[in-house]
Amino acid sequence: MAEPRPVLEMTGIVKEFPGVRALSGVDFRLFPGEIHALLGENGAGKSTLIKVLTGVHSLDGGTITLDGQSVRFASPLQAQQAGISTVYQEVNLCPNLSVAENIFIGREPTRAGRIQWKQLRRKAAELVDRLGLDIDVTAPLSSYPLAVQQLVAIVRSVGTGDSVAEGSGTKVLILDEPTSSLDRDEVLELFALMRRLKEQGVAILFVSHFLDQIYEVCDRMTVLRNGTLVGEHMVSDLDQVGLVQLMIGKALDQLEELHDHQLHSGVGEPLLQADGLGRTGGIAPFDLEIKKGEVIGLAGLLGSGRTELARLLFGADQPDSGKVTIGGKQVSMSAPNDAIAAGVAFCSENRKTEGLVPDLTVRENIILALQAARGWTRPIPVSQRDELVAKYIKALDIRPANPEARVGQLSGGNQQKVLLARWLITQPKLLILDEPTRGIDIGAKAEIQKLVVSLSEDGMSVLYIAAELEEVLRLSHTIGVLRDRRLVAQIANGPEITTSRILETIASGEHQ
Amino acid sequence: MTTTSRWRALTHHQLFWPVAVLVVLLLVNIPFTPDFFSIRMSDGHLYGSLVSIVLFGSPLILVAVGMTLVIATGGIDLSVGAVVAIAGALACSYMSGQADQNALSGVLLAMGLALLAALVCGLWNGFLVARMGIQPIIATLIIMVAGRGVAQLITDGQIITVNSEPYKLIGGGYWLTLPFSIFVVAVVVAVTVALTRRTALGLLVESVGGNAEASRLVGIRSRRIKIMVYVFCALCAGIAGLMISSNTSAADGNNAGLWIELDAILAVVIGGTSLLGGRFSIGGTVVGALVIQTLTTTIYTIGVPTQTNLVFKAVVVIVVCLLQSPKFRAKVFGTKGRGRATGPAETAAVAEAAPKMEVSR
Amino acid sequence: MLNRRNFIAAAVGVAAAGGLAACAKKEDSASNTSGSSGDKAITLGFSQVGAESGWRTANTDSVKEAAKEAGYTLKFSDAQQKQENQISAIRSFIAQNVDVIAFSPVVVTGWDAVLKEAKAKKIPVVLTDRSVETSDESLYVTLVGSDFTDEGRRAAKILEKVLEKAGHKGAVKIAQLEGTTGAAPAIERAKGFKEVMDADHKDDWKIVVSQTGDFTRAGGKQVMAAFLESNPDINVLFAHNDDMAIGAIQSIEAAGKKPGKDILIVSIDGVKDGFVAMSEGKINAIVECNPLLGPQLMEVVKKVHDGESVERWIKTKEGDFMQDQAEAELPNRKY
Repeated sequence: MAEPRPVLEMTGIVKEFPGVRALSGVDFRLFPGEIHALLGENGAGKSTLIKVLTGVHSLDGGTITLDGQSVRFASPLQAQQAGISTVYQEVNLCPNLSVAENIFIGREPTRAGRIQWKQLRRKAAELVDRLGLDIDVTAPLSSYPLAVQQLVAIVRSVGTGDSVAEGSGTKVLILDEPTSSLDRDEVLELFALMRRLKEQGVAILFVSHFLDQIYEVCDRMTVLRNGTLVGEHMVSDLDQVGLVQLMIGKALDQLEELHDHQLHSGVGEPLLQADGLGRTGGIAPFDLEIKKGEVIGLAGLLGSGRTELARLLFGADQPDSGKVTIGGKQVSMSAPNDAIAAGVAFCSENRKTEGLVPDLTVRENIILALQAARGWTRPIPVSQRDELVAKYIKALDIRPANPEARVGQLSGGNQQKVLLARWLITQPKLLILDEPTRGIDIGAKAEIQKLVVSLSEDGMSVLYIAAELEEVLRLSHTIGVLRDRRLVAQIANGPEITTSRILETIASGEHQ
Repeated sequence: MTTTSRWRALTHHQLFWPVAVLVVLLLVNIPFTPDFFSIRMSDGHLYGSLVSIVLFGSPLILVAVGMTLVIATGGIDLSVGAVVAIAGALACSYMSGQADQNALSGVLLAMGLALLAALVCGLWNGFLVARMGIQPIIATLIIMVAGRGVAQLITDGQIITVNSEPYKLIGGGYWLTLPFSIFVVAVVVAVTVALTRRTALGLLVESVGGNAEASRLVGIRSRRIKIMVYVFCALCAGIAGLMISSNTSAADGNNAGLWIELDAILAVVIGGTSLLGGRFSIGGTVVGALVIQTLTTTIYTIGVPTQTNLVFKAVVVIVVCLLQSPKFRAKVFGTKGRGRATGPAETAAVAEAAPKMEVSR
Repeated sequence: MLNRRNFIAAAVGVAAAGGLAACAKKEDSASNTSGSSGDKAITLGFSQVGAESGWRTANTDSVKEAAKEAGYTLKFSDAQQKQENQISAIRSFIAQNVDVIAFSPVVVTGWDAVLKEAKAKKIPVVLTDRSVETSDESLYVTLVGSDFTDEGRRAAKILEKVLEKAGHKGAVKIAQLEGTTGAAPAIERAKGFKEVMDADHKDDWKIVVSQTGDFTRAGGKQVMAAFLESNPDINVLFAHNDDMAIGAIQSIEAAGKKPGKDILIVSIDGVKDGFVAMSEGKINAIVECNPLLGPQLMEVVKKVHDGESVERWIKTKEGDFMQDQAEAELPNRKY
């Protein structure tokens, strides 16, 4: 049987940025009715390839063929009209509008210039129904969790134009890191949706850092490294170890290394004590003790109160009950300043909205917390500043190693490192990391985990939040389990503690 | 380094387009005013079109510099025009009540009084924006409106004429053959640059404007910063108010500083500071204010019919704003806007190439 | 003075946050002057535009004073440059059943409804200073106010005298400082001036530059500075009001020229500062635009009240002043 014709074929793709060749002669094929993984470390060229395809960036060389016709898009809108839809990691929808409005925003069915609301709602309901989702299209988008919002974003992108009814508008659906903020059930729901779309003949390009997910849902994969194509394989032909080696171009020793550090040296005297700390609508009152040098991991489903707990300990939200004592002194926690002054640092899970100032340079972002603590009248002396910044750029291997680069232009992993550097130079006693490894590549992930271990060894306490249980288990001395906005258990880590034990606790709310 | 790359570096400099427009506007005057660029001595001071532009543009530069910081925090201050009127009205009405208007102590007291009033206006704006969380455009609208009423109340609806040589110096006098206002502007600009770049204030202002929530979570006392910039902006407007009233030796509560807030905002934008907040450029603002003042002078000299003044002004402003837009330049001049359009790209490859880029600098 | 920009500013302002502004001005409004309240005292309802300039304040004072002298009961209301305020003031006058209503309209149109209400109640309406456009001429009895076009003509005529007195020979190169673009006084003063110029001085007079100075000193100063650069040979300045002339004088002096000698200056209005400048020899002649129309208004009110017929437009009594009259006139200037 002859190989079917690819719906999308990119050959010899070249993209150059000033002084940089981001893609050099990459070939890429996508067949109808397949789920195809695009893999590579951060900076390998995945996003650039997608952006060249969807017309965000112009093409410097090579050809793109869609359905046998040569194409070149000047804008994402053009690409979408031609049948290539993209859903990004961050949901770009309007939370205050209804689900139906979000699905049809910008292409509402109209008659004589007036929006046909009834028809809009009916069509949206049909579409959602046909894709097997249980969503009330009249409810505001914000009433649904992030995961559902992501699904709505996908529904929106496949249901283009008049062909909504037939569902045949979208030939290629690009999902860029859709799962990074979803919990397991939500991921399964997403995969179910992806499979249904696949059955309908849609070609899906899937970008994810979760290798397990790739193996679970994908048919084929393309691997990039440093802007070049290093392999195109059937998923069944390449195992995970082989894949990772292909991606990073070297053996796995740096990942192995981490296991040796597991359950490192013991911890010291108490650092932070929270008594009955709570906030209505955020998290029920809880008691928590963090010791010097201790890593406390928080486990629980998305929305179980992990982030809310962390924000209370930092004063990002104000508690309405309880008190916090740090180093024997009670801290008021009415604003982040109080917590920072007491030696608490907080890396938010939302790097872009709550972490970085994208217009400022790497250097400025790194020194921001230290400078804020010193006040505006006492600037950090230039030489000291440059030395500190250079030191942390090197220590955390931030790329590009250019302190003048705008932070908004860095890749996710490097942005995360900038955020870490920002807090590390303040030499905090307690470092709160909320999903520090989300959306970043496997190499950077390992580096950050190693860093946590070594910080803890140096006596810094860390509160570590991650969706991946393995990660929490690997790093923590103590695991706090959250369920329904309640801290239900604190488990001392040990050889007998496994992910399934933790999962049981999450599920039952009790720890035996 | 080749000529073309040098040219490219030049055209990509933030100040290139505003300066280019300024130069073109100045050149446009030559056919209409042949000795436009000549500066001669008259009455022991320098005199000429360029001198007038700086002299008459001084108040706008001051207001715009203050406005720059407010805009950098993501705010806006509509009340500057009213503060200009209040400051002038207060100073002049105080002085007109003095027996000896030439007494330096009285003049200084009058000026102090005016600046104090400006300070109070700034504190009020800052309080509303930072403490009460009112949208800056609404918060400052209050003084924009009420302030002019206050100014009219102070002057009793009249134009108050003063006859004070020391007071005349600030906005209309000369020192070392140059308009004294140039020195005032130079000092204010220098102080502003020092205040923002020698301390960490500039960084913190840009951070608050660039991402307010992130700034809060990093421990920046953004309320304090915001109050400070509104106070600073009002003080700048206060000095401008003294200058305007000093220039004509009269306080016109009704017309002084009318619409100056719009010109100031325009100057800030022409200077390359985004209305969304974040990065700001004091130098750009100064150039922007000079562009606007030159434009005004140009309209007077080239004989545009009065009815079309505003149209002419609008056309020039649109051209400047379009030239400022990299997208527009890319479309018209066909350059790809390299370097700017990079966007949030994958940059590991950039990192490797960075050393090479260093070499080419 | 009609000043459209002020009007817009105030309108925007009051709409947005009028509360404070209104408080500031409340004191002036609704201050009833109850003169000698004999049985037959005429009650006059007067709605003023606002207090936007010195000219306007003088105008208000004149009306209040004249009413007191005439022994009328004056119900005064300040519209703060808003038509809504003015309409509601007139409605309240109607409700109070005053004998005569007088007002300076904020804007030209939109008065038909309220004026019909007044007519239905048989209350005569007198306009002051500014006119209105109505569908029905009978809605108001008369207008007491200045003739701006005539002021322009008078300015041209007085310039003839000024030139003669200065012994000026050769071409007359005129710079004109216009009022706020689009405002009636600016348009009509320019028109009147040009009329005379075209008729009598087609060959020897020429307006070489003309720009708006927005009726303000700062405007006059800036525009004149630019004029002196682009047209150094200007020898006459015609300013639409005294304030612009005063500003221009400063620029002329800064350029090393003598106002009143090197450049002859004629302006309109006759405010106090204008006369001060004239007494110093810096302005050559002033055409008066008289805000003190109180006494004239009271006369008209009486006639209207008594049912006597009056002219449709009663022009304000205004004088023209040359430099030699300045000293003598100065003490009489109240505003």
